[in-house]
Amino acid sequence: MTTLSREETEALIAEVLEVYPEKAKKDRAKHLTVNDQSIEQSKKCITSNRKTLPGVMTVRGCAYAGSKGVVWGPIKDMIHISHGPIGCGQFSRAGRRNYYVGTTGVDTFATMNFTSDFQEKDIVFGGDKKLSKLIEEIDQLFPLNKGISVQSECPIGLIGDDIEAIAKKTSAAIGKPVVPVRCEGFRGVSQSLGHHIANDTIRDWVLDKRDGVTMETTPYDVAIIGDYNIGGDAWATRILLEEMALRVVAQWSGDGTLAEMMNTPKVKLNLLHCYRSMNYISRHMEEKYGIPYMEYNFFGLTKIIESMRRIAAFFDDSVKEKCEAVIARYQPMVDAVIARFKPRLQGKKVMLYVGGLRPRHIIGAYEDLGMEVVGTGYEFGHNDDYDRTIKEMGNATLIYDDANGFELEEFVKRIKPDMVGSGIKEKYIFQKMGIPFRQMHSWDYSGPYHGYDGFGIFARDMDIALSNPVWNNLLPPWKKVTAEAVKEAA
Amino acid sequence: MAKLRQCAIYGKGGIGKSTTTQNLVAAIAEAGKKVMIVGCDPKADSTRLILHSKAQTTVMHLAAEAGSVEDLELEDVLSVGFGGIKCVESGGPEPGVGCAGRGVITAINFLEEEGAYDEDLDFVFYDVLGDVVCGGFAMPIRENKAQEIYIVCSGEMMAMYAANNISKGIVKYANSGSVRLAGLICNSRNTDREDDLVSALAARLGTTMIHFVPRHNVVQHAEIRRMTVIEYDPTHQQAEEYRQLALKIVNNTNFVIPTPIEMEQLEELLMEFGIMEVENTAIIGKTAAELAAELAAEAA
Repeated sequence: MTTLSREETEALIAEVLEVYPEKAKKDRAKHLTVNDQSIEQSKKCITSNRKTLPGVMTVRGCAYAGSKGVVWGPIKDMIHISHGPIGCGQFSRAGRRNYYVGTTGVDTFATMNFTSDFQEKDIVFGGDKKLSKLIEEIDQLFPLNKGISVQSECPIGLIGDDIEAIAKKTSAAIGKPVVPVRCEGFRGVSQSLGHHIANDTIRDWVLDKRDGVTMETTPYDVAIIGDYNIGGDAWATRILLEEMALRVVAQWSGDGTLAEMMNTPKVKLNLLHCYRSMNYISRHMEEKYGIPYMEYNFFGLTKIIESMRRIAAFFDDSVKEKCEAVIARYQPMVDAVIARFKPRLQGKKVMLYVGGLRPRHIIGAYEDLGMEVVGTGYEFGHNDDYDRTIKEMGNATLIYDDANGFELEEFVKRIKPDMVGSGIKEKYIFQKMGIPFRQMHSWDYSGPYHGYDGFGIFARDMDIALSNPVWNNLLPPWKKVTAEAVKEAA
Repeated sequence: MAKLRQCAIYGKGGIGKSTTTQNLVAAIAEAGKKVMIVGCDPKADSTRLILHSKAQTTVMHLAAEAGSVEDLELEDVLSVGFGGIKCVESGGPEPGVGCAGRGVITAINFLEEEGAYDEDLDFVFYDVLGDVVCGGFAMPIRENKAQEIYIVCSGEMMAMYAANNISKGIVKYANSGSVRLAGLICNSRNTDREDDLVSALAARLGTTMIHFVPRHNVVQHAEIRRMTVIEYDPTHQQAEEYRQLALKIVNNTNFVIPTPIEMEQLEELLMEFGIMEVENTAIIGKTAAELAAELAAEAA
């Protein structure tokens, strides 16, 4: 690993840009920058949320991915119909590891694939009738579902199926909410617009359904917003909040239910973890119901403690006391984690390239283990994400927006980090380059990484990746220069 | 045998494309040619005069019933009518739902795959929905489909606008393929100096008015009986007109890449023939009250 100076990092960006044609170079130059902590607004140094250049290997998703895959999909007691041809639903089925409790196929449905399976005739004659029938059949076959969402695939936007009208009609027929979501994949530049569209449909078709209905509340009611319970993340978060004597009314949307969402406008504080995907609904609840929201970070000891104290400060002294007690109680456990793993991980450099919140949120967790993040970037971030990232990253580190396969490979070749944290599309490229890798979208079959419980697992997983003996065997035996060979040659 | 000629008929909605096409095709068939009509319009009214039927059962309708288009056989969708003319309707959804354009694409692909364009055929005529609203309705003029486009128009302003717009569409496909404009067919509306005007427009577009079809009630009389004039009253003068049109098309060799004109040029042409009045720019954007005030001021 080499530590690059500001000038060297700038030169590296220039070198990588060199292969592009003039127009592409001009465009990509705006998305790559060297971090400067003194900058207050990221728009001065980086452009984001723009259309991807044609021809590059982007790792972005689409609006459907943002709505069905991220925001709506984990709501476990609803059935989410992928409305359109079979592929979108089938190849995204159960891939995101958002855990939930329930009996799948009876009262929960998150890992199942429901689709209207469009054929030619549905494109030509429209899918309205099929959708109506599908919704009625679903309700007969799975009577314990609490509601249905219609996730539009691309063709729906082209042929103009009136899914709103069908939603109203079928909702009345089955006596449950039916939510039409216009998240056609071609809309917007990435999955980000899908998050926004999904948030808006929750606002328009769900949130106000229990306005005026009273619920037994306490002064300590909170909702976890933007935690998708990857590998149990939201559970690890919930434990800590409950130990602080807060009452978690809702989880959005990992292991979440429709009823929880409907009850959220009655909480005292919304706790927002993934700002990118759920800031919209948090702002809406602030404006309409006067519920403040607070961004927090439950990755790594330092950020957990900082966040818990900030959350506790919103409530009365009893919560603050309990918060301190919780922190004290977990301290020995965390000390043991750090004592065990920090010596093994100390000084290791990491490059990240992830999605909504992790490019900045996990930096602290690495730092707690003595590691340093030397490059980071967002697939689909906006400038408010980069605003929040500049201060978290060291000076002269590399920041990349909507990076593509070529850029990432070149950056990694030159910066030579000890480890890369990104997604499945990057994993095998970097492992084949001989670089330890962890999936930072799905936690690689592991998790949770949130909270105190998650921090121990996170530390262990990073150690597993870095200390794997396989990295000592990258050279095949016949290429190893042995003592005997040297003797023979002499 | 001669090479199969594929022709597409375009034109403003309601101009008489389907009636003209069927009378024309009947005349070509009468002359001993083997012809097929492919209706590319969800209304499915492109073959009724040949088949004496209300509306032929369409490819897409049958496909929807059978499950998918792969479940159909050619004989399910192909009907034979007057003069041995083979008839197919692509079909499509009722207005307001689904995608009619995709229906045209699916149906034409099906016909090709099933070998509907067999070696005995001399002509295929595509009768296409009035407005080329999307890629699906341009399907008949894509590569290896229709090479000759005939535009039905009249001396009415909107029909001529449409003819010019369709020419623009042809240019797009002509540059990448072999599709060519083969002529304008004037289906008369008895407007003043109609043949001169349509001939002038044809000249501007780089083509000719291939035939002037006069207006005659016998066409409607035949249509009420779901027949072409050729079949209903073969000795009538109008039948002779269609025969002449047919002969001209059979012998046509004047295939061009059209030269569509700008809106201003088209308007000039219309003004020249008195269809459109010279624009009075002084009145644009003025309300009735303002104009009345101006008039009063002038009078005073």
